[in-house]
Amino acid sequence: MVSLLSRVGVWFFIALLAFMAMALGADQAYSVHMAIICVAALIAMAASMNKFDFVTRRFPALGGPALQSQYDDDPIRWGVIATMFWGIAGFLVGLIIALQLAFPALNLNLEYTTFGRLRPLHTSAVIFAFGGNALIATSFYVVQRTCRARLAFPSLARFVFWGYQLFIVLAATGYLMGVTEAREYAEPEWYVDIWLTIVWVSYLAVFVGTIVKRKEPHIYVANWFYLSFIITVAMLHLVNNLSMPVSIFGSKSYSAFAGVQDALTQWWYGHNAVGFFLTAGFLAMMYYFVPKQAERPVFSYRLSIVHFWALIFLYIWAGPHHLHYTALPDWAQTLGMVFSIILWMPSWGGMINGLMTLNGAWDKIRTDPIIRMMVMALAFYGMSTFEGPMLSIKAVNSLSHYTDWTIGHVHSGALGWNGMITFACLYYLFPRLWGRSRMYSLRMINWHFWLSTLGIVFYASAMWVAGIMQGLMWREYGADGYLVYSFVETVAAMFPMYLIRALGGLLYLSGALVMVYNVWMTVAGHLRDEKPMTETPHNADADRPYVAVPAE
Amino acid sequence: MTSTTERAFSHKKLERNVTLLGLCALGAVAIGGIVEIAPLFWIDSTVEKVEGMRPYTPLELTGRNIYMREGCYVCHSQMIRPFRDEVERYGPYSLAAESMYDHPFQWGSKRTGPDLARVGGRYSDEWHRAHLKNPRSVVPESIMPPYAFLAERPVKVGDMSGHLTALSRVGVPYTKEAIAAADADLVAQADPNGDPALLKTRYPKAQARDFDGNPNQVTELDAVIAYLQMLGTLVDHQKAKAFEQPR
Ligand code: HEC
Ligand code: HEM
Ligand code: HEM
Repeated sequence: MVSLLSRVGVWFFIALLAFMAMALGADQAYSVHMAIICVAALIAMAASMNKFDFVTRRFPALGGPALQSQYDDDPIRWGVIATMFWGIAGFLVGLIIALQLAFPALNLNLEYTTFGRLRPLHTSAVIFAFGGNALIATSFYVVQRTCRARLAFPSLARFVFWGYQLFIVLAATGYLMGVTEAREYAEPEWYVDIWLTIVWVSYLAVFVGTIVKRKEPHIYVANWFYLSFIITVAMLHLVNNLSMPVSIFGSKSYSAFAGVQDALTQWWYGHNAVGFFLTAGFLAMMYYFVPKQAERPVFSYRLSIVHFWALIFLYIWAGPHHLHYTALPDWAQTLGMVFSIILWMPSWGGMINGLMTLNGAWDKIRTDPIIRMMVMALAFYGMSTFEGPMLSIKAVNSLSHYTDWTIGHVHSGALGWNGMITFACLYYLFPRLWGRSRMYSLRMINWHFWLSTLGIVFYASAMWVAGIMQGLMWREYGADGYLVYSFVETVAAMFPMYLIRALGGLLYLSGALVMVYNVWMTVAGHLRDEKPMTETPHNADADRPYVAVPAE
Repeated sequence: MTSTTERAFSHKKLERNVTLLGLCALGAVAIGGIVEIAPLFWIDSTVEKVEGMRPYTPLELTGRNIYMREGCYVCHSQMIRPFRDEVERYGPYSLAAESMYDHPFQWGSKRTGPDLARVGGRYSDEWHRAHLKNPRSVVPESIMPPYAFLAERPVKVGDMSGHLTALSRVGVPYTKEAIAAADADLVAQADPNGDPALLKTRYPKAQARDFDGNPNQVTELDAVIAYLQMLGTLVDHQKAKAFEQPR
């Protein structure tokens, strides 16, 4: 009773503070944000009177009594749905900004829909909302199974889920209203950063608390990756977002660092958002879900130790490759280049460990579309971690930097690796979380696989051509000793490539919509009556198809 | 696998102790940052001193904040690299000192549009007005978004002292007088009839005029154009020539 009262009291107090801040707000965007926080706190208050689990009571499909197991899976059920929701939103905004670059009229003459405001919305929606929800949901799933323990601090786990959604809503609405710190991937303003810090520390507490409660003597390798991801992101977020607000009643703040120092701090953060958010965390997903789906143990335990420590140690150094040939001192650039190249090895260590886990189960690539997605994800991981070190070489970077080549690299990693592995994990999780024997349709998973793959191929190849062409046109000299192309000629030359990229995005989005339908039917409890995935006669012992032997 | 238990250190220890594992991971990820970033704050040669750098005037600062708000940085870089083609296209390559008062830096990572580090003085105010309101009216192939709303929005005067104070707290050398006069300086810079003498003593090379063609009001368009027109104009590159050897 006392704890209930104090909980209600805390939320009420927060709502009151937010209300006051709203009234005193120096700018409109700040007041809007405080109003959102106020409403969220009031909802949290009402929910805590209802003993917090009122979502599942209202909507039994999200975690009614029939779904309960020995593990605490409700926040995971919400998390996988949120992952899909934000994924669709993020891909859609991606498609819109891709079209804006081809047809600028789509900026719609409204300040809220200009490319400059929508692009951060896209990057945050796909990385932090889609990727972040996938990471939080899978980490809660994996840590319980591998520790054979229920989540520690169940209320805090629910707070982490909802608090994170509030962070996303504040960040996203902020970008539309022009509230931004203008540093890539760290755009949210100071008060949103503080909120995320609180949520993130709670996340660490739930995760570590569950590990402490474990009934297994060992901490499974996936959890090392999750743990390092949570800790490192906390470190990066805290240092990179040090800033001085103009007023506690206004949204604007100024970064604590300036110029060169600010640039390197930001790219130390930015590169490791890639390294820990988009890599270490997703490798954790790989380390649990690939062996599970393949029903094989991880290929090499020793390789996982070596590549884990090498990866987390080396990644941090690679930030300066985003600042080649800038005013950053040369020694720092060289250091960044060297470490980026070395980084190739632990990256491929991870890929090999994932792929070789399929040893003896290669036939599943043909029969199991989920495995097929995982293999494709690992292949793209391998490809982008080969391309990355190459782009880090100063001579290559002098051409690629500032061009669409970077965008191509980003999306081969983001669509191919992060997207595909997430889809595969979702297909693994949905039937299990809702107690179904399998997904509604395996053939639709296959459709999704091909739509995404085709989308990525269009996207990445268009951007490679665009990037290299741009880089070469910018530096082309004529026989007369003058630059051949004006800037705007290089802009016009991109048009066909931007169209192809948008087509790729459309295919990728369509694939994700197929997934939504498939998931919907699965949760609703349907099973599609369909032909099996393969009809080629297959010899399981020899792990290859039966070959017709000609008669003698 | 005979010796794992005999060795002095075994990875098994880490696998059984989450505190130890977490601390080792934190140690591993902290080293790189400390070795790479910390020296930039105390090695003097990181930012070579050059003549002419000064903090932004209140109006320029407002323009810069709008530049950030609108996400111009996602399409425009402000960092000219030391290559012959870039120097020819955009001007002398960027020096570290030129962004020493930039909280945050705006070097950018993508050139969907051209570099803006030295766009100051390249075009007239009229050109910028027309271009920002509708880029395709002056450059038909442009894919830049239109920003016509800037011309309608008055700049919020009144809290500039707060902005300058915040910046001085993070190390930008605004004097007490500059902070006290911030709002007046903002208006003076865009007022065609005002007296910018004091402004110019505080901020050498500041350009004062009516930037947006609307003398009655200080609009966001005034601020953005004032910012664009000062970019890259502070440092005298004849004097700073010592560093400028295109590669
Ligand atoms: C979609 C990306 C995009 C965004 C966002 C964008 N621009 Fe541009 N900008 C361009 C392109 C492309 C050009 C080259 C064609 C032209 O001159 O319009 C350009 C050209 C310019 C030029 C002329 C530079 C020169 O040397 O010719 C200026 C000045 C400029 N932009 C300022 C801005 C400002 C200020 C903002 C933010 C309010 C902004 N831009 C936002 C794409 C963008
Ligand atoms: C339908 C799918 C997608 C489309 C059409 C799309 C489109 C785009 C476009 C047009 C840009 C701006 C490029 C530019 O400024 O020139 C962009 C940037 C970006 N996108 Fe996507 N995107 C998609 C999916 C994703 C996903 C799934 C992720 C990550 C998980 C992602 C991460 C990013 C990042 C990080 C950037 C910024 C790149 C940089 O600054 O170098 N995108 N995207
Ligand atoms: C060994 C691994 C990798 C290395 C060494 C590497 C290296 C690089 C380099 C050199 C750039 C270009 C910087 C520039 O010129 O501006 C870059 C950009 C980028 N990479 Fe990677 N990369 C690696 C893996 C990945 C992976 C797996 C992803 C996952 C999605 C990824 C996401 C990005 C993003 C988002 C950017 C754009 C940053 C920006 O400019 O906004 N990278 N990377």
